[in-house]
Amino acid sequence: MATQEDVKLTVLTAKDFASNQDVRWCPGCGDYAILNQVKKVLAKIGSRKEKTVFIAGIGCSSRFPYYVDTYGMHSIHGRAPAFATGVKLANPELDVWLVTGDGDGLSIGGNHLIHALRRNVNINIMLFNNRIYGLTKGQYSPTSEEGKKTKSSPMGSIDMPLSPISIAVGAEASFVARAVDVDKDLGTMLERAAEHKGTSFVEIYQDCNVFNHFAFKYATDKSTKEDSIVRLEHGKPLIFGADRDKGIRLTMDGKPEIVELGKGIKEDDLLFHDENDERHAFLLSRLMQPEFPEPMGVFYRIADECYEDLLQQQVDAAVKARGAGDLRKLLYAGDTYEIKNPGEGVQSAGLHE
Amino acid sequence: MIAGSEKEVQNVRSATVRFAGDSGDGMQLAGMRFTDTSAVIGNDVATFPDFPAEIRAPAGTVAGVSGFQVNFAATDIYTPGDEVDALVAMNPAALKANIPDVRNGGVVVVNEDEFNKVNLRKAGYPEDYNPLDDEKINNDYKLYRVPVTRLTEDALKDSTLSAKDIGRCKNMYALGVAYYLYDRPLDTTIKFLEDFFGKKKNMPEVAEANIKVLKAGFHFGETAEMFPVRYHVDKAPIEPGTYRRITGNEAAAMGLVAASAKSGKQLIYCTYPITPASDILHYLAAMRHFGVKTFQAEDEIAGICSAIGVSYAGQLGVTGTSGPGLALKSEALGLAVITELPLVVINVQRGGPSTGLPTKTEQSDLLQAMYGRNGDSPVVVLAARSPSDCFYMAIEAVRLAFDSMIPVVLLSDGYIANGAEPWKLPDPDTIPKIPVRHADQSDLNADGVFQPYQRDDKLARPWAAPGTPNLQHRVGGLEKMNVAGSVCYDGENHQLMTNIRAEKINRIAKRIPKLAVDGESTGDLLVLGWGGTYGAITTAVRRAQSKGLKVSAAHLQYLNPFPSNLGEVLKSFKRVLIPELNTGQLRSLIRGKYLVDARGLNKIQGQPFLVEEIVETIDLMLADKFGDREFVQPHHHHVSLDNQSIEPYLGEPVG
Repeated sequence: MATQEDVKLTVLTAKDFASNQDVRWCPGCGDYAILNQVKKVLAKIGSRKEKTVFIAGIGCSSRFPYYVDTYGMHSIHGRAPAFATGVKLANPELDVWLVTGDGDGLSIGGNHLIHALRRNVNINIMLFNNRIYGLTKGQYSPTSEEGKKTKSSPMGSIDMPLSPISIAVGAEASFVARAVDVDKDLGTMLERAAEHKGTSFVEIYQDCNVFNHFAFKYATDKSTKEDSIVRLEHGKPLIFGADRDKGIRLTMDGKPEIVELGKGIKEDDLLFHDENDERHAFLLSRLMQPEFPEPMGVFYRIADECYEDLLQQQVDAAVKARGAGDLRKLLYAGDTYEIKNPGEGVQSAGLHE
Repeated sequence: MIAGSEKEVQNVRSATVRFAGDSGDGMQLAGMRFTDTSAVIGNDVATFPDFPAEIRAPAGTVAGVSGFQVNFAATDIYTPGDEVDALVAMNPAALKANIPDVRNGGVVVVNEDEFNKVNLRKAGYPEDYNPLDDEKINNDYKLYRVPVTRLTEDALKDSTLSAKDIGRCKNMYALGVAYYLYDRPLDTTIKFLEDFFGKKKNMPEVAEANIKVLKAGFHFGETAEMFPVRYHVDKAPIEPGTYRRITGNEAAAMGLVAASAKSGKQLIYCTYPITPASDILHYLAAMRHFGVKTFQAEDEIAGICSAIGVSYAGQLGVTGTSGPGLALKSEALGLAVITELPLVVINVQRGGPSTGLPTKTEQSDLLQAMYGRNGDSPVVVLAARSPSDCFYMAIEAVRLAFDSMIPVVLLSDGYIANGAEPWKLPDPDTIPKIPVRHADQSDLNADGVFQPYQRDDKLARPWAAPGTPNLQHRVGGLEKMNVAGSVCYDGENHQLMTNIRAEKINRIAKRIPKLAVDGESTGDLLVLGWGGTYGAITTAVRRAQSKGLKVSAAHLQYLNPFPSNLGEVLKSFKRVLIPELNTGQLRSLIRGKYLVDARGLNKIQGQPFLVEEIVETIDLMLADKFGDREFVQPHHHHVSLDNQSIEPYLGEPVG
């Protein structure tokens, strides 16, 4: 039987993180690629199975916890951030990953997502965005484009879609990133998310090959990919295109525009990426296809204290100031009085803490 | 006895005093001080604060009236009293709202200064009418007109306090008059004022002013030739011990802290503010030095979900709420059922449905607690019966949750949550430890596999906290295969798991106390109650017993499962009466499960029972006057067999 000591010494591989459950996503689903990347990252960053918890809501992506051999909870629709918060309050030492989707995280659970982000609980949120409701078989989601024809919008969706990244930046998130399910950079983004202390939010473009196939073809197809995305690098200019000959710069009135390099435009004229600038991050979150290439990478990152640490500090401070709680003192505090013989009351001061 | 008093002093066994005024008039504080003083001098006491739903309803209106009633006695008492013996009314609205509750011949002290034209109009009295000049009121009550506002200002004419702050001392003047009338000493209140305003808030001048006004009120009673009689209530034969005044919400908070200490599990209270449960959060937020963490979540759902997260991670997860919040928590509570995690949900009931009557009491969430979820999803349901009982039942809720790996709903209500009673403090060392077992390496089977739905003799599954090597497992809302714990859609397994979840509850019945009967174990009538109606039912039944009637009482603290002897108890009586502050929720459970022809007394007025209402119903039951009626309802403090029809109140038909 393995002891705790043995477990520490073992080097785990991606395979070790696979559970004994059959993975039941549709063949060809983007979720497989994400699952593989996650297992690789867990092995690479030296995660311990017993110290890792995956928490999910409801939806295709939310089956995720069943497929990794860690602790896990497949909770209820939209509420995963609240469960994850509870887990971290009870045991801040655990590595908590949260799996949600565009419906789970932004529709039914939008409230919980924004509050988890603003509190900065140290958890890693992966939002699988496939711009469709998959588990309920193909209705439009909060990220479906306007006019999207689905079973529940046969004449086209009249809902305005929202940008998960804009929401995250607006909700005071301390780490915001985006990656594509099949892209080589997904692993790097997840590693950086895990490294970040505080809530990290990674939007992952994920292909639902049954109900919304090729929704992100522009970002995965070799022929269009490099013209449709722009990879963010801290301190570097925003350059994109298969020949890296296009860039984004700000006009005099602060609006982004695409320019061709050369012809009098130098790299220094372009917009430089700054991971620590919230307004810049929001601006990037508004760059959308087909007008602009969509940014991939870390939009925003700032060091800030975590909720569970601040709470623990209050507990420590209270213990220091008042001494560890004493049940007797608690009960006998305040206006207590003695009844000695029947009917003889004498007020006592009480053991004021 | 106060020296220098020469007026007639009448001895009475008990008295009920109500302080009433604008919600900003400090009536709750005055009432609490009167209560503490009465407790300290050895009376038994019971209180009932009654406040408006709005924080500051328009001043001077009936909607803004706040009241605090205290019953104090030379005997054991269980209720704040049916009728008011003395009313202190700080303005016309307070008089208007409260005078119907004053007994004929009772004392009414009014702040005469506030009975001006403007205030009379705000209270909704007709033009050119002043109730103080009403002949009937002067005949029916002992009306005393005291210029409280002016005399308070006079007493503080040399004070440096602002006019507004001086105005806020009026409650102490009224309290001083009440102390005089009921022959109470001032020292407990003076000490409180010194401690609270002087030391805690560092406002010695406010403390001094309040004390001055308190004394002035008392001396007014002594000197003015106004009160021909004062009243004296002797000490009650109270068991020796150390006591304090306690409300249900305070007691529940302390019970949770005690359960945390006794189980060695950190208490993490995750909740969303809601009346009348928020005070539990306030008390616990101030107990960080016990390691207590409080988490004010973004909504009711996040409150319970984070508490479940706490439980999954191996600590004591508790959430608190009131009716509408419990409705929001129902899906998550179902998850706690299927994941078989320990969880405590405290529901401080209030008038419903929907937002209903937020500050008023009701017992109408029993069926919601029992059944308010999708699927067959039984939870343990407990109910505290008095303010101090909230302490013990909170501990019991935690014990059962850990013991059986099951969610427990503890029902309290607005009446016991805010009402206070003297509590003989227990010795904390005598509270039993709460055993907790976490799964460890010994829970691995022969193949080294952990089976999260393996069961013990209570059918509880192992509690494996994340962080423990080799026990990685996944829980969730999808049905699980028994023992192995993998996702399982098999029909036979679902039936088995459903049966197991029910049987877990049944087995708890063997580990809880049997139902005690107050009175003879057989007889003509059993009055069966649950929750906060304990005081009124006990008082009414004892009154009936003292008349020689063969009536007994029994009070349920365990509603799911019921005590194992409940069926036997029910069958030992010729008739069963179930008084409830709802339309008959326990009655329908009892009728359904035990096939007993139980009848109901059902009050849905946002107010607790009056003893008299239960006494009258007992008489009707014993005289076999109910006929086919399944229940009766009180109207204007009396129970009759008429008045059951809604027809007279429907107005003219439309169209």
